[in-house]
Amino acid sequence: METILGLDYPTLWYLVVGLLFSGYAILEGFDYGAGAWHLFLRKDLSRRIAINAIGPLWDANQVWLIIGGGALFAGFPVMYATMLSSMYVPFMLFLMLLVLRSSAIKFRSAEKMLWWRKTWDIIYFISNTLIAFLLGVVLANILQGFELHENFSYKGGIFFSFLSPYSVMVGFTTLSVFMTQGAIFLLLKTEGRLHTRLTFLLKRGMVLFLISFAVTSTYTLTFLPGVINKFKETPIFFILPVLAFLAVANVPRLVSKKKYAHALVFSSLTMAFLLMLVAFQLYPVLIPSTVDPKYSVTIYNAASSQKSLGIMLTIVLIGAPLLAGYFLFLYKTFHGKVKLDDTSY
Amino acid sequence: MDVEILARIQFAFTIAFHYIYPPLSIGLGLIMVIMEGLYLKTGKKAYEVLTRFWLKIFAVTFGIGVATGIIMEFEFGTNWAVYSRYVGDIFGSALAAEGLFAFGLESAFLGVLIFGWNRVSPKVHFISTIGVFLGSMFSAVWIVVANSWQQTPAGYHIVGEGFNARAEVTDFWAMVFNPSSVDRIIHVWQGAFLAGAFLVLSVHAYYLLKGRYVEISKKAFKIALGVATIVSFSQLISGHSSADGVAVNQPAKLAAMEGHYQASAPADLYLFGWVNNDTQEVSGVSIPGGLSFLVDQDFEAPITGLNAFPEEDRPGQVNAVFQFYHIMVSIGLFLIALTLYASFLWWKGKLFDKKWLLKIFAFSVLLPQIANQVGWFAAEMGRQPWIVYGHLRTDEGFSQEVSSNQILFSLILFLVVYTILFLLFIYTVNKKIKHGPYDEAKNPNEFLKYV
Ligand code: HDD
Ligand code: HEM
Ligand code: HEM
Repeated sequence: METILGLDYPTLWYLVVGLLFSGYAILEGFDYGAGAWHLFLRKDLSRRIAINAIGPLWDANQVWLIIGGGALFAGFPVMYATMLSSMYVPFMLFLMLLVLRSSAIKFRSAEKMLWWRKTWDIIYFISNTLIAFLLGVVLANILQGFELHENFSYKGGIFFSFLSPYSVMVGFTTLSVFMTQGAIFLLLKTEGRLHTRLTFLLKRGMVLFLISFAVTSTYTLTFLPGVINKFKETPIFFILPVLAFLAVANVPRLVSKKKYAHALVFSSLTMAFLLMLVAFQLYPVLIPSTVDPKYSVTIYNAASSQKSLGIMLTIVLIGAPLLAGYFLFLYKTFHGKVKLDDTSY
Repeated sequence: MDVEILARIQFAFTIAFHYIYPPLSIGLGLIMVIMEGLYLKTGKKAYEVLTRFWLKIFAVTFGIGVATGIIMEFEFGTNWAVYSRYVGDIFGSALAAEGLFAFGLESAFLGVLIFGWNRVSPKVHFISTIGVFLGSMFSAVWIVVANSWQQTPAGYHIVGEGFNARAEVTDFWAMVFNPSSVDRIIHVWQGAFLAGAFLVLSVHAYYLLKGRYVEISKKAFKIALGVATIVSFSQLISGHSSADGVAVNQPAKLAAMEGHYQASAPADLYLFGWVNNDTQEVSGVSIPGGLSFLVDQDFEAPITGLNAFPEEDRPGQVNAVFQFYHIMVSIGLFLIALTLYASFLWWKGKLFDKKWLLKIFAFSVLLPQIANQVGWFAAEMGRQPWIVYGHLRTDEGFSQEVSSNQILFSLILFLVVYTILFLLFIYTVNKKIKHGPYDEAKNPNEFLKYV
């Protein structure tokens, strides 16, 4: 098998996909998180400012989901097909909520009527909250494994079986991570009374986050099979939870010093370390089978051909710098506090 | 109902709904590039007003296009799992390239395009407009390449057997330039330009009829008419070229498009008609030997008919394919006549004199929309029973683990959400059109300069 830097093509592509989904979690994390605070902001103007804080950015941030999805389809078609068809109901809900969320952003401020705006505010709040929650739920399902038989055929429950106590817990943790991220982002973009209120809200959010984080990590370490063994095999990776913990601890400190940009970096790092932890835990498995490990989806039995992966790595090498350039341009153009004008939502 | 039928209904419904918006986004993108380019070149306020006005409508169509497109991307995995595993190696790289090159470009510049008027210089703004337009053109390329591969596979080999069979790329460029992709990309682009141009024509015809915004409407009307005239005509050429390709690569589809059953005989070209699949007869008005002539420049040349294929390898809905195809072609011919006549009047300096003509233009927005929809329906239903032509059947491609209740559940959700979305779309666009490019009563001084 061909390799670059000692890594075979499927592993390289695993890193690419992992990077894309981390980018998605971090960037859309603050978008969804900001939305999950929506009803906690009381005044119509505050809500409008909050939406315009993500206004020019959320569409571009969403591209990480689209590219990540494409990369998964391209590199690991078996994983893409198995995950989406087995988790049919949660993914359909997720997609529908995405549609509702973008409608809310587009249409909320289009009319003056109070009932109109209130309705969209509620839709916006619910869709953001549930999207964040569902992402965590799906992640937990993957960690726990699917009931996969021969030829990746899924024989598990179909409607609500994806909601196990563990997945609900991970769902709440994801929501609280995103909300922390979102509140910091809004602090960066706002001033005055709204800013003060957000400082207060963030404190509450951090407490929630620390509790759910602690509970979920403890539960994962104790009850999920194989987790401890994996660390015993490669102790060097024990550094990841330590780093994640340090990054978390840094966030409240930076917030209290009003260094919001730094705080955002560290809360993003927390997410990145946590996701790396997940990636390390799973590798080289993508979806464990709860029936028999030999039926699991792995990066080797799910991957596209060497040739195809090679072509796509070339595409990524050309595309990534371009994408980075667009993002720099976009974020530079819209940096600073939100100012409403005639082009705003 | 069984899983296959439900999955097909859901796919057809969601893609057809998605496909209302991309053609508008691509077509309006072109018109906006022209308008803003004219603004930069001439410095005339009129073009700025027009660009800003169309940008607002563009923002709405683009937004709904994005929202419904994401659903399409994941629907392959949720509903067509076997198909996804089968084509992932090929289809995936097109989708990944689309994401990186096209969607990245369009979405990042979209923010600047819509919210950047007061933040960047006019030049940078113009570059963003071009960026978004090019991005949307690219995204059409990759998605149509993927679909064309499914119609006329090339540059691949099949590995594995039975359940584990799948297509793998052997030659990337042969896959990209498969026999139908170039023709179809051009045809799809042009269909999109027509959709955008006719929306602009229709809105400004409406203003002209009402006597509102007369000066700028005349300018906008002429820009869009120029585009529409050229593109309507070239659409016939790319359509003809597509049909030639179909004759070679998908003879069963061509036969269905003209309701031609005899295994090998000269084929007629119908202007309109009705196909009876049981008696294998078509009633309608035709040019005898017309299809033979178009394909082989000979009225006597034999064309492969449906009976040359075993029953299970033929498209099931011959009449539907026939009708959809003929509706598209009729609309295409009508648009050519309409735009040529209007251009003739323009040349005579009498473009805006005929009220009835403006009335036709005011309603014409629907025609390219319908042609785009039925064009896809003809192309996709004509491909049946194959999901990958000649290799994988549609009834083998759907997700085996999904139950019909699950699809029913999502289908109902889609119906509800999309209906609301569509009503909101119509309502907002209508409101923006009624409101107009600027407030005529309130701010006269700003705009009197050129009116
Ligand atoms: C002719 C062109 C065309 C066709 C056949 C399709 N699309 Fe589309 N799509 C576009 C042209 C387009 C576009 C012009 O690029 C859109 C529409 C409006 C927009 O905002 O971007 C878009 C948006 C769009 C998005 C969101 C992208 C973004 O954020 O910019 C996705 C993920 C898809 N589409 C995926 C699909 C899939 C999976 C299709 C096939 C089943 C499909 N589209 C058919
Ligand atoms: C890359 C782009 C596309 C791909 C890969 C694709 C693929 C498919 C698939 C998998 C199906 C379901 C199986 C079937 O019933 O044939 C289908 C059906 C269909 N598609 Fe496409 N499609 C694409 C683009 C489009 C577009 C843009 C339209 C426009 C409206 C469209 C219209 C349809 C219709 C109407 C059906 C239903 C046909 C039937 O059930 O008989 N497709 N296509
Ligand atoms: C003027 C005469 C026209 C002819 C002869 C023509 C011919 C064709 C043919 C043969 C196909 C099938 C290609 C295939 O299955 O591979 C097709 C598809 C299509 N047509 Fe047309 N067409 C015409 C006008 C139009 C117009 C006016 C529009 C829209 C404004 C349009 C939009 C489409 C679309 C969206 C498709 C599906 C995509 C594709 O397969 O290329 N066509 N056309």
